[in-house]
Formats: sequence, structure tokens, C-alpha cells
Amino acid sequence: MIRFEQVVKRYPSGREALADLSLEVGRGEMVFLTGHSGAGKSTVLKLLALIERPTRGRIDVAGRDTRTIGRRGVPAYRRNVGMVFQDHKLLHDRPVWDNVALPLVIAGTPRRELDRRVRAGLDQVGLLGREGAFPVELSTGEQQRVGIARAVVTKPPILIADEPTGNLDPELALEVMKLFRSFNEVGVTVVIASHDLHLIEQFGARRIALAGGRIAGEPHG
Amino acid sequence: MAEGARHAGTRSFLEPVTLWLERHLQTLVASLGRIARAPFGSLLTMGVIGIALALPAALGLVVDNARSASGGWQDALDLSLYLKPGIPERDGAQLSGRIGARGDVASARYVSPADGLAEFRRWSGLGGALDALKDNPLPGMVVVRPRAPAIGPDAAAVERLAGELRALPGVDQVQLDTEWVRRFTSILEALRRAVLLVAGLLGLAVLMIVGNTVRLDIDARRAEIEVVKLVGGSDGFVRRPFLYGGVWYGLGGGLLGWILVEALVLALAGPIDRVASAYGSAFALHGLGLRASVALLATGTMLGWLGAFVSATRHLRQIEPGTEG
Repeated sequence: MIRFEQVVKRYPSGREALADLSLEVGRGEMVFLTGHSGAGKSTVLKLLALIERPTRGRIDVAGRDTRTIGRRGVPAYRRNVGMVFQDHKLLHDRPVWDNVALPLVIAGTPRRELDRRVRAGLDQVGLLGREGAFPVELSTGEQQRVGIARAVVTKPPILIADEPTGNLDPELALEVMKLFRSFNEVGVTVVIASHDLHLIEQFGARRIALAGGRIAGEPHG
Repeated sequence: MAEGARHAGTRSFLEPVTLWLERHLQTLVASLGRIARAPFGSLLTMGVIGIALALPAALGLVVDNARSASGGWQDALDLSLYLKPGIPERDGAQLSGRIGARGDVASARYVSPADGLAEFRRWSGLGGALDALKDNPLPGMVVVRPRAPAIGPDAAAVERLAGELRALPGVDQVQLDTEWVRRFTSILEALRRAVLLVAGLLGLAVLMIVGNTVRLDIDARRAEIEVVKLVGGSDGFVRRPFLYGGVWYGLGGGLLGWILVEALVLALAGPIDRVASAYGSAFALHGLGLRASVALLATGTMLGWLGAFVSATRHLRQIEPGTEG
């Protein structure tokens, strides 16, 4: 599903975030990217989201060479990659319903289907009934779950998350991780960057450890 | 992979159209709501646009009114034939009839000395003073309206006609008082061009005002735009609310401009009426009328859209999610 081939990413500042990274994630797999901050985890996800482009190398996603996706192709590509962020990136001036509906509206979902699908998305993350709440009225964990509902509401085949449990206490973090696994169980390819090794060890998923922009090892957990 | 994101189901062939309409309508209303939530800033923008539109519209109206006022001076384009003193009324009327039969003359009217005096008494308001005159000092007169207008391409033909009439026996003087009318129309023409130029410049100003307002709107919503782009919003999707914002600014500005111009007309109608009646003219100041009003609103709306389009296209490109991390 995802293949990095000798990917080098050098930022304009000169920092080399990825040095000759090659990795592969199969369809329907769930993978944790681990490593210290600066190891290249976030860069991998940004490359997957086409927020950044590799300096060298090739990235294939769903059988497609992402180098062939131009500026105009990026939005359509992103609609197939659900993204969850550590800081949620919710629209704070809109209620939960609007936040979750946003990807559906962008995808051109008919109005009469919107409510049903938004509620289904919220139901999946256990927030049914909170449609009218504003993000500030929710706890951090709830905000994160709204972010997850938004990421999966269009049923994208790939879900990526950057430190999704970074701001959560261990209990909530476990809940969120279980949520990701439930999506993985229905066939979604999930890539999660996290440095919370303790949490990750509770899941039997594959781990890719990064250090200095390279693969440091792939311990099996 | 694209199929995964799309909802499968039965759709009628009209569905894309209704979906499109629905989305645009929703954005239209939403952008109006956004403007209503920031009434002061929005009104400020609309006010500036309104004034920028009202100025050329008002100037154009002045020129338009002046032209229609001068249209009533068609008389001034007539030839006045003053007959030699002592010509009997019967001869004068005969002469008038002969002139009126000419091919290049539209009409000819004989004014006897008595009629002329009566007319003069009415126009000049010198009734009492005229009573003091023992004799009527006015000569008989034939007022000739040429078939060709005395101003424009046929001016030379009218000059020739005047020369021929001057040579007729019994005619003392021929007066063709077109010089000042000609000047007046050329002034009007120059003014009309000036109005067009001013309108062009102010139209440019409207573009810049809307462009700048939209740029500020975009800056204020930078975070939101980033999020929308992250979840797959296309450039068109992100731009749409700003375009409708521009449309509302332009329409609101056009409406304010229209109100300004009509208020101006209302305020000036009374005084101008008094001036006109003092000159014995039936002239009345006219307002924008339906066509010009619609044109004003449409111009505002179009400029608003265009300004927003240029600005949004430029600035939204610069907002991309993600920085080095």
C-alpha cells in the first residue's frame, strides 16, 4: 500500500530529516513509527500527506507514484488519506457536526446523506449526541476523537496519525489506540507515529524504529 | 482507491446539478452570514465601494441631465429671419409659406411684430416698461427649422441654407446661433469622457478595495484554510466562500452607491426645479432609472467578484499546510 524507495528529505534549512529511507507497508497493515523527536517520524507522515515532497527517491501509495501527482491532484489524493494530528486541528468556530461533515462536504456528499454519515462517524468514536458542542466545550480526549471521526468519516483506505496520544493521559491514550485498531480491523491501512513505547507494546502491531532519518530496527512486539 | 471515498448508490442524472446548486447556495448564505457577523468592517468596505461607485454614477447623471436639458434647446438651432421693417403681415406670411415649401426646410413659421411683442412681453417680464413704448419696435420674423440639424455633419448645408435665405428679398438678417450650442455639446462630450475615465479609475479602486478586504479575510482564516486543505479541499472549494464574500461586498457597495446617488437627486431636485421654472423651462432632474440602477448594482457585483477572484487566487496559493518539523 505504501512504499518508500531510497527517500531523502532535506529541508530548506539544510537539515536532513530522512536519509535514504526505504520501507514498505502492506494493505490493511497497522504500523507504528517510533523514534525520538527528530528521527523522521513526522516527515514520513508529511510525505505521505503530500504536505512535503521528497528531495530524492520515490514514494508509491496505493500503487501510484506520488511524484506524478501535481498541485491540482493533491486535494483528491488527500481525500483518500485520513489524517489525525496531535493538536487535532479542529475548526474552533464550528460545532462538532460541522467539523466532522467537512470532508464529506468537500467530497460532494449529498446534503440528505450528511447527517446520517456524520452521526455514524461520531458513533464510531463514542461521541454520538455531541454534534452541537463546540470543540472548546470538549475534553482533549474528546477533541482528539472528533479529529479521528473527521479522518475516517469518508472511509479512506489509509489513515495516518502523528502522535495522536501525545496530549492524553495513559487511559485515554489506550482508548484512542484501540480506536485505531478497530479501524485497522475493518481493512484500513494505519500508520501511527508515536514515541510512547510503553503504549505501543500493548499492541501486537509492527513497529518501525527510526533514528537519524534511517531505519534503526524493526523489533517485533 | 478513489472509489473508497465515494459514496456508492443510485443517483439520478440531475443529482450533480442539484448538488452543485446546493453547495453554491450554501456557501452564498454562509458567506453572507460571515459578513453579517462582522458588520462594522463589512459596512466600511461596502461604504468605500459605494462612494467609489456613486461618484462616477452621479457625474454621469449630471452629464445625462445636462444633455436632456439641452435637448429642449432645439429652438436655438432654428434660423431666425428678421424681415425688413414695413413689410405687411400678408407678405411676411407668404414668404414664410414659400420658405416652408423648400426641400431642405422642415418648417417655417411667421411671427408678426404684434405676436413677437406679446411673446417678448411674456418671456422678459418687462410688461410695464413695454407699455411705455408708443410703437412696436420689433420687425416681422420667420422662424425656419432646417431639415438637417445645424450641429453635426450637416452643419455646412445649414450654413448654405442661411446664405440663400439671406439673399431673399424682404429679408433683413438671418441669425444662426449655433456657436454656443456647439460649444456646449463639445463641453458635454469632454465631460462624458472624463466621467468614463473617472469611472475606470474608481472601478480599479473598487477592485483593490475588495482585493485587500479579501486578503485580510484570508489572513484571518489562515488556520481554517490550512485544515480544509489538509482534509482534501481543492483550491476552488477553498476559494468559493471568498468569491461570494466579494460578490456580497460588491452588491452591498452598489446598493449603498445607488442610495447615495438617489439621495443626491432628491436633495437637488427642489433647487433645480426652482432654477428651471425661473428660466421658464419644464426641465426636471431625473434620477438613475431602472436600467442605470441595475447597471450600477451589476457593476458593483461584478467588480466585487473579480477583485475577490484575483486576490483569493493569489493569496490562497501561498497558504499551504505544513512547515518544517
